[in-house]
Amino acid sequence: MQKMPAWADIVLIPLISLFLAAAISGLVILGIGENPVAAVKMMVSGAVGSTYGWGYTLYYATNFMFTGLAVAVAFHARMFNIGGEGQAMLGGLGVALVALYIPWPHWTVALIGCSVGAAILGAAWAYVPAVLQAKRGSHIVITTIMFNFIAAALLNYLLVNIMRPPSSMDPATAKFPTSTHLPTLHDLLTPLGINFSKAAPANVSLIVALLAAVFVWLLIWRTKLGYEIRAFGQSESAAKYAGINPVKITVVSMLISGALAGMMAINTTMGESERLILNMTEGAGFIGIAVALMGRSHPFGVVLASILFGFLYQGGAELALWTSIPRELIVVIQALVILFTGALDNMVRAPLEKIFVNLNRNKG
Amino acid sequence: MQFFIDLLTVSDSTLRLATPLLLACLAGLFSERAGIFDIGLEGKMLAAAFFSAAVAYTSGSVFLGLLAGIAASLALSILHGLASITFRGNQLISGVAINFLAAGMTVLVAQSWFQQGGRTPSLFGGARFESLDLPFAAALEGVPFLGPIYFELISGHSILVYLALACVPASWWVLYRTRFGLRLRAVGEAPEAVDTAGISVIGLRYSAVMICGVLCGIAGAYMATALQAGFVKDMTAGRGYIALAALIFAKWRPWYALYSCLLFGFLQALALRPDLIEKYAGFQVQVQLLDALPYVLTVIILAGFVGKAIPPRAGGEPYVKER
Repeated sequence: MQKMPAWADIVLIPLISLFLAAAISGLVILGIGENPVAAVKMMVSGAVGSTYGWGYTLYYATNFMFTGLAVAVAFHARMFNIGGEGQAMLGGLGVALVALYIPWPHWTVALIGCSVGAAILGAAWAYVPAVLQAKRGSHIVITTIMFNFIAAALLNYLLVNIMRPPSSMDPATAKFPTSTHLPTLHDLLTPLGINFSKAAPANVSLIVALLAAVFVWLLIWRTKLGYEIRAFGQSESAAKYAGINPVKITVVSMLISGALAGMMAINTTMGESERLILNMTEGAGFIGIAVALMGRSHPFGVVLASILFGFLYQGGAELALWTSIPRELIVVIQALVILFTGALDNMVRAPLEKIFVNLNRNKG
Repeated sequence: MQFFIDLLTVSDSTLRLATPLLLACLAGLFSERAGIFDIGLEGKMLAAAFFSAAVAYTSGSVFLGLLAGIAASLALSILHGLASITFRGNQLISGVAINFLAAGMTVLVAQSWFQQGGRTPSLFGGARFESLDLPFAAALEGVPFLGPIYFELISGHSILVYLALACVPASWWVLYRTRFGLRLRAVGEAPEAVDTAGISVIGLRYSAVMICGVLCGIAGAYMATALQAGFVKDMTAGRGYIALAALIFAKWRPWYALYSCLLFGFLQALALRPDLIEKYAGFQVQVQLLDALPYVLTVIILAGFVGKAIPPRAGGEPYVKER
């Protein structure tokens, strides 16, 4: 018997969890001696009050869509990919190699080339932990954490010692050629008669991210592979009985996950900085966890949660700029969202289930 | 002779740098042996580092600071216990949340209390753990070979270093020679058996998580009040994860935890002195390689190429009583 109607599971529980996270964040703001209402007002006006704010909100959201989808795909196969950060770094490396060493005639082909480069290296970085999990039983959470650190060291080495142009001091590659520069939302929307801020970094990668969300939806719910991934995630033993190869599913779902995480580099590295820098992920690999948990691993939910986190990110930056509330407030909110929608899920779920069971009993 | 002195300096800093790893590693050992995975070691250390430094600075007493650090770490431990034992949530997700919570809150509170960009003011005097001179250390320095070893390497550390070292046999004794330890290990392997024997699984797991909290608290306090003089943003810098790696490397055993933490501490000490490697090994080693080495070694161990690392059987699984 179903304990709860589907809408309660999909809408009510995330909303309650979100409310709890927001309430505690408010208390935190009060605790450090600031006014939560004023803070929220400033965040709203800074993040969505102008096309400039929207441009940043959507720019951050694009990152989170990629990393959130990455975590979500792995969740469907009941795997926890904490390695989005490292996979995204390798994705950045892929973008840099493709953009720097191949002459591209136009940004459209360059975008395809760089996406492929980012996806391949991101997937490659997820491949080793996946194979170790599938064949050796090494816990994927631990190996992906280790691979994050190895990726950071590798990127640091490459940028400081090898890819840095000799004339420059900061650890970054040379600027990518102009033909690979992606059009921003300003460039895309001006022909349509919409005046979008020129300074904001949101770019055509947003559309790629939305396409990726559609792709993940099709993959998970409309293909045989997606069915196998979900079956494997629900019950490994049942999936084995049904003739599903667990090694294949583990590896393939992690490859897709790694490729998606890697592709966030087209937004930051190709779209914004136009060169590979050390801190290219901006922590987005980890925010993907919060986004996937909040979005209940559904692409539509992930897109919504990404926009919410984009709003928080940009709003938090505005707060840090104009008040004495540091940017780390966002990290706290992110932690609370992960805590309530992920770890403390049962705390919200159990009493709700009781309420619904009682309601049904009274009806019947 | 110069080689001997260099060796002593590196060994000395190895011991210093291995201490927080060792405390956190033993913390993880207790928790994971009881079946509660804990990737929140990093966050607990960070919270303890901040609160110990903050209280030590305000009160001028490092011991009050240590207590505050332990209390902060314990609070996060209880949160982890609530999520993973009481509400049977995902232990890994809870650990991730705790890490972010600590990373954010420490800076937020530090900024609100001290207005120095997310750090505490520098600690000095009684607000820091002084290094302890063992008896006759200065007098024996002249004794060839053994004298410098005693003076440089064994003497002259803060009391927490010796405490951490003492925790190794103590943990071994608790885990393998007491009834509590037997039950604690059993609850990580077969909680249903422990439950059948009429012993509380929940109680045991909570006590393991609390021990973990206390040890992480000491580790964090050591970072901020002994190894360094004050808290700076994100000062644990991944040590909680290295401790986790050391735990796997040690295959969840106390004495091996000491060895693996010393090894990883040695790698950190070498990373601080790349000139020594060049001098003695004759080639340059990239610092980034030394940074990555603990993680690479752990992956190799996890892959089962050098013996197999088998975690406690019931690790990561919330216990549900049979009906």
